Amino acid sequence: MYPDLKKTIPIDTIGVEERVSRLNKRSIKKESKVQGLKLALSMIDHTTLEGKDSPGKVKQLCQKAKMPYAPLPDLPTVAAVCVYPNMVSIAKEALKNSNVNVASVATAFPSGMAQLQVKLDDTKYAVDQGADEIDMVISRGEFLKGNYSFIFDEIAAIKEACGDAHLKVILETGELETLTNVRKASDIAMHAGADFIKTSTGKISPAATQPVTLVMLEAIRDYYRETGRMVGMKPAGGIRKAKQALQYLVLVKETLGAQWLSKDWFRFGASSLTNDLLMQIVKQETGVYQSNIYFSND
Amino acid sequence: MSDSKQSTEKVKDSSNGTTKPSSPNADLKLDFSSFWDYSSAPESRDKVDIQEKYGHFIGGEFIDPAKGRYMKSINPATEEVLTEFAEGTTEDVDKAVKAARKAFNGPWSKLSAKERGKYVFRIARMIQERSRDLAITETLDGGKPIRESRDVDVPIAAAHFFYYAGWADKLDYAFPGRKAEPVGVCGQIIPWNFPLLMLAWKIAPALATGNTVVLKPAETTPVTALKFAQICYDAGLPDGVVNIVTGAGQTGAAIVDHEDVDKIAFTGSTNVGKIIQKSLAGTDKKFTLELGGKGANIIFEDASIDQAIEGVINAIFFNQGHVCCAGSRLLVQEGISDQFVQKLKDRMETLIVGDPMDKNTDIGAINSKEQYERINEYLEIGANEGAQMYQNSSNLPENGYFCKPTIFTDVSQSNRIVQEEIFGPVLTIQTFRTPGEAIEKANNTPYGLSSGIWTDKGSKIFKVGQETRSGVVWSNTFNKFDPTSPFGGYKESGVGREGGLHGLYPYVNLV
Repeated sequence: MYPDLKKTIPIDTIGVEERVSRLNKRSIKKESKVQGLKLALSMIDHTTLEGKDSPGKVKQLCQKAKMPYAPLPDLPTVAAVCVYPNMVSIAKEALKNSNVNVASVATAFPSGMAQLQVKLDDTKYAVDQGADEIDMVISRGEFLKGNYSFIFDEIAAIKEACGDAHLKVILETGELETLTNVRKASDIAMHAGADFIKTSTGKISPAATQPVTLVMLEAIRDYYRETGRMVGMKPAGGIRKAKQALQYLVLVKETLGAQWLSKDWFRFGASSLTNDLLMQIVKQETGVYQSNIYFSND
Repeated sequence: MSDSKQSTEKVKDSSNGTTKPSSPNADLKLDFSSFWDYSSAPESRDKVDIQEKYGHFIGGEFIDPAKGRYMKSINPATEEVLTEFAEGTTEDVDKAVKAARKAFNGPWSKLSAKERGKYVFRIARMIQERSRDLAITETLDGGKPIRESRDVDVPIAAAHFFYYAGWADKLDYAFPGRKAEPVGVCGQIIPWNFPLLMLAWKIAPALATGNTVVLKPAETTPVTALKFAQICYDAGLPDGVVNIVTGAGQTGAAIVDHEDVDKIAFTGSTNVGKIIQKSLAGTDKKFTLELGGKGANIIFEDASIDQAIEGVINAIFFNQGHVCCAGSRLLVQEGISDQFVQKLKDRMETLIVGDPMDKNTDIGAINSKEQYERINEYLEIGANEGAQMYQNSSNLPENGYFCKPTIFTDVSQSNRIVQEEIFGPVLTIQTFRTPGEAIEKANNTPYGLSSGIWTDKGSKIFKVGQETRSGVVWSNTFNKFDPTSPFGGYKESGVGREGGLHGLYPYVNLV
């Protein structure tokens, strides 16, 4: 159902930044820190999206996803690995018999500059290869033109092409610039059928920020209240440190509550975050920081 | 969320031993408590020295009270005695005023403005240097959350001294063509809600303009003022320039009535303000009064709703609602009122009430038993007036004076909870349909201290702002304090302005 854009609420940037800064003052210590770190690890979409990706690299990535740190075999696995469509079958094979999903970017990622049919074919190919989750990009040019129905129709078409695969819709908030645009794009994506809304491709700066994430979480909350359907959230790009990850989890906890604090409803799109989380977890277990040479870089 | 137990069942996940949240529930309630609670994160009391007993600070030294009587200051979060302090009598006040007069006629008036400014700058820096000590003391003595005393009270107190220090040698530019002479001995009486900050509002402009001071902190929160006295001593401020006399109402009356005091500055309740104004009638003492308030937040339907929610939360639940300019009334446009109240309830559920020393605490202890009882009385009055009460569902600590954040809907303009200042975490909610109706309701109390206007439309801000009779109008924000900005009230909210350039006037005679 097409959303009533007249009802899109305006967003006050200063107010959002103040709220984020207040939430960042939450002091996460002791058991809640350990629990938060493990939770964050379980929510990672471990990602490689480079032109130089090879089957070998993807396989290594998948091993790391299944067993993030061999000395602590009881740690949770990450939620998914995220790759280009032509790497999906390799990832799928490497991850069989694990509970790690395969996510694939699609729809002419990262620019989205292609005809709808090309995007649909791209999506179907990734799904046929075995992708459990599709990360699509919206057409930012059309959005900024004010062609909102184009955005809605495109997302709805891709959603249909996904079949059973979960659809994450990347708004590329760095190109939308204003938080009111972020809110509007979130509303359109959710109404068009997105299972997740996601901040960024990671190819544009700024990528995920906490103010943007807070606005999207509030949009998810309002949509939930309106329709009863839960939508997931995925900030992606620029989240490298465990401390940042905990701050994001605080945003989720205090905006949407405990129901969203699981990998089913919240993901981090990241690659280097995994190791920082592991270092912090090991520090909590052993009381001392390990050198980064003890952690594999996959 | 008291009735959501059935939906928040915890599930043990075998893979990593952590507790997982439950699945969504049918009634669309958000569950903020069943999973991932924050562990306690208390600020340490280490290296914070609070003496067992404090005397007055008069003429540059701590001295015993003339009558030898002491009062107790209670930590409202534990109900334990924090320290004892002198009960000031007429003799003590007289001694303090004499010391202040001697300093005014002596070294202080002979200092150049530039040297005077250096002392005020030095005090500002020393407040910063001792900020941790002052913040922890403020929280132990008054019950406010450490997050607020650390991030608001102490930094803004230092900022006031820095700001007025800058004016000390520039008064010729503040009053072009006039000469600004100090008034003399200033008697200052401050409240318990922001003990150190209110002290800064009073003492910083007084010193910068060349006055001397006799200040009485509130009887429930005297300790930071006494620590400030130590700062004055350590800063080498000439003896008698700042005198701190502790005690209750009678001590304050002795200051007001003392014939050698040239100016009275009072912040506190409107009732006491009226008494002070009566006793000053017929004298030539200058005075400023900062009194009560019943500020309204006006939310238009085109406002940024989620940010407005945050503003309303800060307006009424900041410092347990012990804020004279608190936004204790909410006026929300009818079309969005249901949604707004729902969101407000959700947000209230995430407020953490409890140990003020915990860094995660949002709402600490009510300042005193007396105030605790007064708030509870108003909760009863509200219920008897037929209003609907809603409170957040947190468990309060067993000891100490704590009050859950509370909102009242279904209230009328004539209700006592709408008209009278409660000075606690209690918000009343009314609706309106047109800007005119909002303005009328906002102005329809005996007070006129603060208001907030929330809309995305600039022209509306100016129109409504001009017709709102309050000394402070915030727009799309609330409870912002800056030393450069004047502060004060209309009607029964007070007389005179503090802060900014305007805050210099009460402390100078222009010739």
